[in-house]
Amino acid sequence: MTELDDVVKEFLVESHENLSALEQDLVRLEQTPDDSKEALARIFRTVHTVKGTCGFLGFSKLESVTHVGENLLSKLRDGVLHVTGDITSALLALVDAIREMLTSVETTGEEGPGDYSALIAELTRLLEPKQAPPKPQLRAADASVEVERAEAPVAPIGELLVQAGRVTREEVKEVLELQQAGDPRHVGEILVEQGRIVPEDVVDALNVQKKAKPQTGGLADTTIRVEVSQLDKLMNLVGELVLARNQILQFIGPDTDAVLQTTTQRLNLVTTELQEGVMKTRMQPIDTVWSKFPRVIRDLARSCRKRVRVEMEGRDTELDKTIIEAIKDPLTHIVRNAVDHGVESPEEREAAGKPPEGFLRLQAFHEGGHVNIEISDDGGGIDPEKLKRKAQEKGLVSAAALARMSERELLSLIFMPGFSTAKEVTNVSGRGVGMDVVKTNIERIGGTVDISSRIGAGTTIHIKIPLTLAIIPALVVASGHERFAIPQVSLLELVRMDLEKPNGGIEDVSGVPVYRLRGNLLPIVDLGFELFGKKSNIGENGVATIVVLQADERQFGLLVEEIHDTEEIVVKPLGKQLKNLSAFSGATIMGDGRVALILDVLGLAQMARVVGTTRDRSLGDRGKHAQESAEKPESLLLVRVGTRQTLAIPLRLVARLEEVALDSVERAGASNVVQYRGQIMPLIHLSEVVSEIVEADLVAPEVLSVVVFDHLGQSVGLVVSAIVDIVDEAVKRHSTAKRPGILGSGVVQGQVVELVDLPGLMQRVLPRAVSDAPAALVA
Amino acid sequence: MLTENQYCTFTLGPFMFGVGVREVQEVIRYQEMTRVPLAPRTVGGLINLRGQIVVAVDLRERLGLPARDSTVLPMNVVVCSDDGAVSLLVDEIGDVIEVSPSEFEAAPDTLTGTARDLITGVYKLEGKLLLVLDVNKTATTELEIAKVA
Repeated sequence: MTELDDVVKEFLVESHENLSALEQDLVRLEQTPDDSKEALARIFRTVHTVKGTCGFLGFSKLESVTHVGENLLSKLRDGVLHVTGDITSALLALVDAIREMLTSVETTGEEGPGDYSALIAELTRLLEPKQAPPKPQLRAADASVEVERAEAPVAPIGELLVQAGRVTREEVKEVLELQQAGDPRHVGEILVEQGRIVPEDVVDALNVQKKAKPQTGGLADTTIRVEVSQLDKLMNLVGELVLARNQILQFIGPDTDAVLQTTTQRLNLVTTELQEGVMKTRMQPIDTVWSKFPRVIRDLARSCRKRVRVEMEGRDTELDKTIIEAIKDPLTHIVRNAVDHGVESPEEREAAGKPPEGFLRLQAFHEGGHVNIEISDDGGGIDPEKLKRKAQEKGLVSAAALARMSERELLSLIFMPGFSTAKEVTNVSGRGVGMDVVKTNIERIGGTVDISSRIGAGTTIHIKIPLTLAIIPALVVASGHERFAIPQVSLLELVRMDLEKPNGGIEDVSGVPVYRLRGNLLPIVDLGFELFGKKSNIGENGVATIVVLQADERQFGLLVEEIHDTEEIVVKPLGKQLKNLSAFSGATIMGDGRVALILDVLGLAQMARVVGTTRDRSLGDRGKHAQESAEKPESLLLVRVGTRQTLAIPLRLVARLEEVALDSVERAGASNVVQYRGQIMPLIHLSEVVSEIVEADLVAPEVLSVVVFDHLGQSVGLVVSAIVDIVDEAVKRHSTAKRPGILGSGVVQGQVVELVDLPGLMQRVLPRAVSDAPAALVA
Repeated sequence: MLTENQYCTFTLGPFMFGVGVREVQEVIRYQEMTRVPLAPRTVGGLINLRGQIVVAVDLRERLGLPARDSTVLPMNVVVCSDDGAVSLLVDEIGDVIEVSPSEFEAAPDTLTGTARDLITGVYKLEGKLLLVLDVNKTATTELEIAKVA
C-alpha cells in the first residue's frame, strides 16, 4: 500500500464532489432535455477533468473508462446524439464505476480489480449515432468554443472581440481551428500576430472578462476546506467555554466589583456569539442528503415502471452535520417507500384521473429551533381500514383498542414494529421492517415523525428534528444526592402530587405503583429505586412532584427527590466502559463543574418494564389527553421580559397595572420596594425569577412597568420589561416543563408564551422578600 | 534518559505499584466524583477533566484490596488506555523512579485472581517491591466482563 500524496488526495476529494453534482445533472437532464446545454457542458467538464487527472496520475483503467464516457458526452453536447433513458443509465453506471475506482484508490492506492469492459462496450455501442454526423471539422471548433464558455461563464475572448466589432466570427473560428490543430498560443495572441487586431483590443477584452469573473471565482476564494474533526474539537472547546462561563456567572452578584461585572457581561455575550458561530460552521444544507434522491428515485421508478417527478423545496435548510448523518437513512427509506408503495403505476393513475407521472415533493424549513421535513406524494394514500384489519390480523393491537382509535392514530400504526402493508414483498421495501426503524432512528436524535394521508390523494410524512445534538435543553433533577438531566424532548409535564392523600395519591395495582392523571392510570417509576435500590420518601420533605415522561408512545411518571431548573446542557458521550448502561445516554458538566448523567428515558422505561407491554393503550389515550389539556378560554395578561420572552399571567389574579418611576424605588434589605398607597410594596423582577438567562437591559428604563397583585392581603409588584396585551384565549398547553414560577408554555395568538405560576412564584420568592427586611434592620 | 525504564509510582495500602511513565497522561489531586448508579463496583465515578468526562477506576476494588478508609481522599492517576483517558484512583502518589531491567522478575506463579492478570511483573528495589500494572487491562477488562453479566 502506498502513501497517498496530497495531489491524489485532492483529486479524490474534488472528484467525489464533482461526481455528486454530475449525478444530479444527469437526472435533471433526462427530465428536461431542453435546457441541456449548460448541464451537458458541466458534465462534460467533470468527466474530462477526471480523465485528464487520472491520466496524469497513471490510473489507466479509470482513464480508459472515462475516455469512452467523454466521447459519448461530447456527441450529446454537440447534438449528434440525444439524451435517452438508456444513455442516462449508461452514464450513471459510468459515475458508479468511477466512484468505485476512486474509493478503491482511496483505500488501497490501486484502481481495484473491477472489470469495466462491459460498461465500455455499452458506452461505445451508444456512441453510434442513428444518423450521419455533420462535418467533423466544424464540430471540433464548436466544441472548443463550448468548452471555453463552460469553463468561464464569462464570454470567451474571441466572443468579446466579435462583440466589440474587432474581428468577425469566421476569423475567430479559424483561430480556434488552429488551436485545435495544436497551436498552443492564446486566441488573442494569434489574432494579434496575424495582424487582425492590435494588442490594445485584447487588453480591453481582457478587462471586460476580468470584471465579469469575480462573480464566479468569488465563492471559491472565500471558502476553505476544514477537517470535520477540527470542527468537532472546536465545538468541544466552545462547550467547555460555555461551562466555564456558567461557572463564572454564578459568582457574579449585585455586590461584585463593577469592572468584573461588565467584563463578565462581555464574556457572556462573546461566548454566546462564539457558540452560535461554531455551531454554524457545523451546519450543512440538507441538500447533501437530498442530492442523492433524484438518482435513487429515478432508478427505483424505472425498475417499478413508474414515472415520478421530484420537487425539492428548501434545499439550503441547514442542519448540524451529525444530524444530517443520522437522517440520511430514514429519509432514503421514506422516499423509497413513497415511490415503491405510494405512487401508483401510470395506468392506475390514469384510471384514477391523475396525470400518469407521479409527484414527490420534499420540503424542509426551519421553525422555532427545529427543522421540519415533509415528504409528500400524490399517490394512492393509506387506507386506515386496511391498517386496522392488518393490525388485527397480526395481533398487534386488540380489536377494542382499534375501535377506539381515530384515523390519525390508525395511520401511526405503520410505525409499529412488524407492520407492513405492502401486498407483496419487493426488493425495495415491504419486509415489515422499515417505518418503525425510521421512527426509532429519528426519535433517537430527539425528533418526531408524523403521518397524514388521504385515500386516493396521497401521503405526507412530517419529520421534526432539532437543529443540533451537541447542546440540548434539559430538566435537571436529583435523586440520591446526585443530579440527573432529562432531555426536554421526552418531558411532557410536571404534576404536583396531592399530598393530602395517603402516599401522595400514588396507588398500588398488585405491587405496581400508579397515579391517576386526568382519569388515566399513569405507571410510576421511582428513580431512586431504579438506580440505587432505595425507595424514595413521599410527602413533605420527600418527593412532591411527578415528572411525566414519554418513551416510545408510552407515558410514565418518574419520582425524583428534587427538581431543579431547565438548562442548556452540552452532551458528552460516556466512556466506552459505561456504554452498556442503558439508563444513561451520556453525561454533561454542570455549572459548578461537576459531572451529571443524562437519563435515557427509553432505557429507563425498559428497565422498569414500562415499555414493551400494553402498547396500544397509550395510543388510544392520546386523543383524549389532547382534548383535556385544551383549557377553557381565559383572560390573560401578556407581558414581555427581557427582549424576547413573552409570559402570560391569568388576569383574574392581577389587581392593577402601574408605572413606577425608577427614582421612587427604594431598597429595604436585599429587596427593592416602593411606597404604594400608604404601604410598602415589594418589587419582584420577573426576569430574575423566571428567565433562564438574565438579560440586563442595555439602558435602564426611567419608568418601570409593574403588575400589581394581592398576596395574603399585601400588594406585591411584579416588574416586567413591557406590558404587551390582554387576550381572551383558550391556551393549549404544549410543553409543561416546569421551572420555578412557570407552569408551562402554550401558544397564544400564534406566539409561544410561558404561563406564570403566580402562587408558586410567590411561595418561592416572597417568604424571602418578607423575611429579608427585618434581617436587614437588625444588621 | 530512556523513559522506557521509568515508572510513575503510587501506593495502595502497603503496596507500591507502578505504571510506565509514557502511559501516564497526568496526575491530579482528589476530584469530586459523580457516582454512576448501576455501574460495576470498580467504577469509582466520573470526573471532569477540563471538560472531558473521564471514568475513574477504583483500583482497590479492581485489585481485590480492602476498601479505602472513607477519610482518605483518593488521588487520580490519569492514564491513556486504548479507549482514551481513564483515571486510576490510588491512595498516594509516589516518585517517578528509574529501574534497571536486571531488577525485573515476572509475577510469581502463586499470584492468583484478578491481580494475576493485571500485574505484569515485579521490580525488586532496595527494601521494597514495585508491582507493574498493565494499564490497558486495568482500565478496561473487568468492565467489559461486567457488560456480559
